[in-house]
Amino acid sequence: MREITLSKAVNEAIAEEMRRDETIFLLGEDVAEAGTPFKVLSGLVEEFGTERVIDTPISEPGFTGIAVGAALTGSRPIVDLMFGDFLFLIMDQLCNQAAKAYYMSGGKLNVPMVLRTNLGATRRSAAQHSQSLHALVAHIPGLKVALPSSAYEAKGLMKTAIRDNNPVVIFEDKLMYQDKAPVPEEEYLIPFGEANVKREGKDITLIGTSSMVQVAEAAAEILAKEGIEAEVIDPRTIVPLDEETLLRSVKKTSRAIVIDEGHQSYGITGEIASRLNEKAFYHLDAPVVRMGAMDVPVPFSPALEDLTVPTVEKVTAMARRLVAGEMIHAA
Amino acid sequence: MSAARKKKTNAEDYLRMYRQMVRIRAFEDRANQLYLSAKMPGLTHMYSGQEAVAVGICEALTATDRITSTHRGHGHCVAKGANFKEMFCELLGKEEGYCRGKGGSMHIADQSNGNLGANAIVGGSMGIATGAALSAKRLGTGDVAVCFFGDGATAQGLWYEVMNMAALWGLPVIYACENNGYSEYTKTDEIAAGSLTARAEAFGIEAHVVDGQDVLAVNDLTQKLVARARKGEGPFFIQLDTYRYHGHHVGDINREYYRSKDEEALWRSERDPIVNFGKWLVDQGISSSDDLDKVKSEVEADADAAVAYAEAAPYPDTREVDMHVYAPSAA
Ligand SMILES: Cc1ncc(C[n+]2csc(CCOP(=O)(O)OP(=O)(O)O)c2C)c(N)n1
Ligand SMILES: [Mg+2]
Repeated sequence: MREITLSKAVNEAIAEEMRRDETIFLLGEDVAEAGTPFKVLSGLVEEFGTERVIDTPISEPGFTGIAVGAALTGSRPIVDLMFGDFLFLIMDQLCNQAAKAYYMSGGKLNVPMVLRTNLGATRRSAAQHSQSLHALVAHIPGLKVALPSSAYEAKGLMKTAIRDNNPVVIFEDKLMYQDKAPVPEEEYLIPFGEANVKREGKDITLIGTSSMVQVAEAAAEILAKEGIEAEVIDPRTIVPLDEETLLRSVKKTSRAIVIDEGHQSYGITGEIASRLNEKAFYHLDAPVVRMGAMDVPVPFSPALEDLTVPTVEKVTAMARRLVAGEMIHAA
Repeated sequence: MSAARKKKTNAEDYLRMYRQMVRIRAFEDRANQLYLSAKMPGLTHMYSGQEAVAVGICEALTATDRITSTHRGHGHCVAKGANFKEMFCELLGKEEGYCRGKGGSMHIADQSNGNLGANAIVGGSMGIATGAALSAKRLGTGDVAVCFFGDGATAQGLWYEVMNMAALWGLPVIYACENNGYSEYTKTDEIAAGSLTARAEAFGIEAHVVDGQDVLAVNDLTQKLVARARKGEGPFFIQLDTYRYHGHHVGDINREYYRSKDEEALWRSERDPIVNFGKWLVDQGISSSDDLDKVKSEVEADADAAVAYAEAAPYPDTREVDMHVYAPSAA
């Protein structure tokens, strides 16, 4: 199978959908000629014109609100939010307006809109350009949240997002844009709420999101050499969450680590761990362990930034301790 | 140079302004070099070309007057009195940096000289500057606050909210818009409707347009406005027309698709704020070209020494990673 970059995969997904459905348009800062600072959207304006690939002023709440209004009235907008950190600017439009319209109108109004943005630290971009804020929107009922872990997922999830009749937020890892993965030429979609078992194992379950799937896989590789068989699962969407697949795995392995790049406190790792603890408690040999980013603003200095994220070494070490039956975090 | 100059009487001030502009240029040349030689983590935005704005304004301020800066903030920082050593250390993520390596280029702040910090959120400091002015008024310090921001930032709704309050409450704040014609990779003409001065005037705020390449014109105007702001006649708005020589950031090398080389060459050859001011100083008999050359070589030696110092300086201890998340409190 051919291999393409994550960036190209996103581009293809959007182009294919825009060819299929005239009501789709895209807007954001420097999305047209510049094709975004990450060059993900290069070529789209040439094919679809400036009526459908629209450069906006630096007015995030404004253009998000415009997208919500357009989505309520027959369009299917894709909003490009240059950095996930700018979510804080658009929270009202996204969380009070887009997320609630369907419910508040008793099912009469809906918002078929995609917000594509990014996450991920270790790019030396400091505290306001490095955050992983997906837990923030996952907390709000009415929003769906997808976290592609490779080019394959990026394409399939984007196409599903565009066809979804609800507001969907997709977070791409900005460090993965140039990473290649096999992506079929033929059309495919990845349904929401279907986790992907990346690797089977019986000793411990490693649940990773976004680029943390790679971390989990690398850890599993090392553990395998030591005779520990780790199962690696990528939930792919955190809203909706495929609990069934996660529970099935944990009931088999009886141990789990949840790895995510958002802050550990009040985050995705806590939510997933809690569901597993609640629903698989009697199958567990140890409490489910959370491994998120440190609870600090992302520091600029490379000497500090690298300490803040989960790494292969940290995950491997934790998995060894769990499998050895050590009491982790016991008070 | 603009007419109506007081001759020679202010020779010392003039030479200091010249030196400060040369310092900014020397700083940026080295920062760019550090990036190109992969010695600087992350990205940075060069201030070169806009020196007369930062220097003309900051030379009209006292050390306790506050400024807020932007992603393109090295010039503001130098002009407000910062040292090369601590600045380069910050850019390299070293412990002796102004922010102990935690902020980096986009968050550099110099509390000791009233610089409340650069900002990686476009328009993100508009509230902060206005709040500093409110504080000055409440505490009766007589200080003013200058809010630097780019032409692209005028698209942020926050500006209109805070201008309204600043005007209602007569706050000693000066909104200084550095109009360099571009927001990232887009001509600002394409994404800004109407006139900027009219936007300020709509709130009853006195608005001025000044040649941002003419340090004396900028300084004359700012001195007058600062004096009036101290007497309670603020707020004010200044649009400073200027130009950035480099790309949007140091990695923006191939940029002819949005900005021609001819245009860049024209600004550099005809409108350079340092060259033109230097010529004026010599023409007026305030300085000789030899003396100006001497200033340049002194500054460059200084900058080289600071770079060497910063390169050799240690990174922060890893224990600093979770320091400074919360300020200690009495209770
Ligand atoms: C809220 C927000 N939106 C978008 C960006 C990305 N961005 C960084 S600089 C910039 C352009 C800013 O243009 P301008 O205000 O004119 O400043 P200049 O770069 O020209 O100095 C953009 C869009 C950002 N940092 N913050
Ligand atoms: Mg600009």
